[in-house]
Amino acid sequence: MQSSELETNKIRNDFPILTRKINGKPFVYLDNASTTQKPLSVINKIVNYYSFYNSNIHRAVYDIAEEATHAYELTRQKVCKFINANSPQEIIFTRNATEAINLVSYSWGRKNIQKGDLIILSEQEHHSNIVPWQILAKEKNAKIKYLKIDKTGNLNLNELEAYLNSNNNNIKLISLCHMSNALGNIIPIDKIINMAHAYGIPVFVDGAQSVPHLTTDVNSLDCEFLAFSAHKMLGPTGVGILYGKKNILEEMDPFICGGDMIKEVHKEKTLFNDLPYKFEAGTPNIADVIGFSSALDYLNEIGMDNIRNHEIELTKYALEKMSELKQIKVYGDVNLQNRGGIISFNLGDIHPHDLATILNEDCIAIRSGHHCAQVLMEKLEVSATSRVSFYIYNTKEEINIFINALGKAIKLFQL
Amino acid sequence: MSDDIYREIILDHYRNPRNKGKIDNADVVIHDSNPLCGDQIDIYLKVVEGQIKDIKFDGKGCAISQASASMLTEMVMDKPLTTAKDISKDEVLENIGLTNLGPARIKCALLSLKVLKMGMVKYYSDKEPTTAEKMEKDSNLF
Repeated sequence: MQSSELETNKIRNDFPILTRKINGKPFVYLDNASTTQKPLSVINKIVNYYSFYNSNIHRAVYDIAEEATHAYELTRQKVCKFINANSPQEIIFTRNATEAINLVSYSWGRKNIQKGDLIILSEQEHHSNIVPWQILAKEKNAKIKYLKIDKTGNLNLNELEAYLNSNNNNIKLISLCHMSNALGNIIPIDKIINMAHAYGIPVFVDGAQSVPHLTTDVNSLDCEFLAFSAHKMLGPTGVGILYGKKNILEEMDPFICGGDMIKEVHKEKTLFNDLPYKFEAGTPNIADVIGFSSALDYLNEIGMDNIRNHEIELTKYALEKMSELKQIKVYGDVNLQNRGGIISFNLGDIHPHDLATILNEDCIAIRSGHHCAQVLMEKLEVSATSRVSFYIYNTKEEINIFINALGKAIKLFQL
Repeated sequence: MSDDIYREIILDHYRNPRNKGKIDNADVVIHDSNPLCGDQIDIYLKVVEGQIKDIKFDGKGCAISQASASMLTEMVMDKPLTTAKDISKDEVLENIGLTNLGPARIKCALLSLKVLKMGMVKYYSDKEPTTAEKMEKDSNLF
C-alpha cells in the first residue's frame, strides 16, 4: 500500500534508524518538525570526511585540506542553487536557524534599529524569532508588534496593511515564520513581502519549517533574509543557513569575531574578510556542512514538489482519520493548501505529555508541549498541544498505528 | 508501561485532586513551573507551632505532575515542618508508585516536592535563616 507517488518503501531502506524495533514494535517517527532522520548517504559522507580527508579548511595548502575546502564550499554552492540565491556569497553557515536569526538581530539590528522603531512579528512565532528581537528592542528602546492570528492560525493582512500605512516611518523590519512549527500553517509570505517592499521595509523569513518542505526561491520571493536548519531536512545537526541579500550583508558588521573572518589584523585595526567568510569566524562545523550536501542531493533527487504532494496526502489522510475521533480537537487551518505536514491537536483533557508517554509505549514518537511557541499557546488558550509531523518516509500505515494508539489512550483515560 | 504509569490511583488523584485550591491567609505562597512541559504548581502553606496545619496546591499540567502534587499534600498535612523538610525524592516517587520514570517525566513527578521545599526555605528564611541556608544547601532540588 503506497501512500503516494513517492516510493516510500525504497526511501525507508535508505534510513537505518527506520529499521529499528523497540520492544518488538516498529519505530514510528512522527516528530519531523523537530528534527528529521538521516539517510545513509549523509551518514556515510560524514564518516568518509573523518576517515579520509579530515583537515581544516581555507588555510592549509596540502591536498586533503583542499579536498575538505572544496567539499565545504561545494555545499555552499548547492545551498545557493537549492534556494535560488544569486551568489554563494549570500549563503552563511551558522550552527542553526536560531543562530542565523541572532546574527541578524545583532549585526543588522544594532545598526539599523533605533529608539521608537517598530519590529513586526506574529503571534505564531517560535521563541527563536521572538527573543532575539525582544532583547534588541529592550536595548534600543524599540517596540515589537505581534500580528494577530485568527482561530485557524491565519494572519490578517489588513492588520499588517494598517500598520504599514500608519507607522510607515517607524517600522524597520518584519520577521515572520513562513510555516508555523506548532500549527503547520503556511502564511502568504510572497504577498507580505510585496506589501512590505511597497513601503521599503525589509523582511526576514524564518524558513526553518518551510524550506525542508516547500520549494524555496529567494530570487522570486525577494526577501532580505532567510534562515533555516539542515537537520530539519535530512542533514546533520549543527548546521544552519542564513541567506541575506549581498548588499545588505556587506553593510553589516561581523557577529562572532576571530579567525577566518579577517583579511588583516594589526594592533590598532582589523580588516574584515569578504562575504561570506566575514560571518564565519573560527573553524566551522566542516564535517556536518559536507554531510549536508548529500541531504540536498537526496531532496533534489526526490523533488520538492513530490515531497509537498506526499505530505499533503498524508496530512489529508491523518486529518480524516483523526476527525473520526469525537474527543479530538485539531488546531490550524483545515485547507490543505495552507498548511504543511504538521498537525497540532489535543485529545479530550489528556495532557499532551501523558498522551506522548502512552504513544511511546507503542513506539510512536510524537511531540508534546508548547513547541517553543508560548505566545501562540496563550492565544489558543492551551498550555500545550500534541503534535505529529511528517516527512518523505512516513506512510499511511504509520498513521493507522498512530490512530489505533489514540484509541488506546481514549480507553485508558475513559474519555 | 503506560498501564503501570497511568494506574487508577494516579488517574483518581488527577481527576479528583485532594487539597486543591488556595489558602487566603497562607503563611507561604510559592510558585514554580517546569519549563520543559509547562506544568505549573502553586503551594499554599498554613503553619501553626511548627506544624503544617493546612496545605493546598493549585496548578495545571499533566496527570503525573498534578496527581503527584495532590498526593504530596496528603503526605505532609498535619505533619511537623521538620518531617516535611526531610522528605526525599525517592519517598515521593515511592508514595506515588512511579519509581521507573525516565529523566523527562521524573521532573513532572517531582515538581510539587521542589515547590514545597522552596516554600519551606522561604518560610524559614524569615525565622531561622541558618536552617533555610542549610536546606538550600542540602537540597539537590534546586
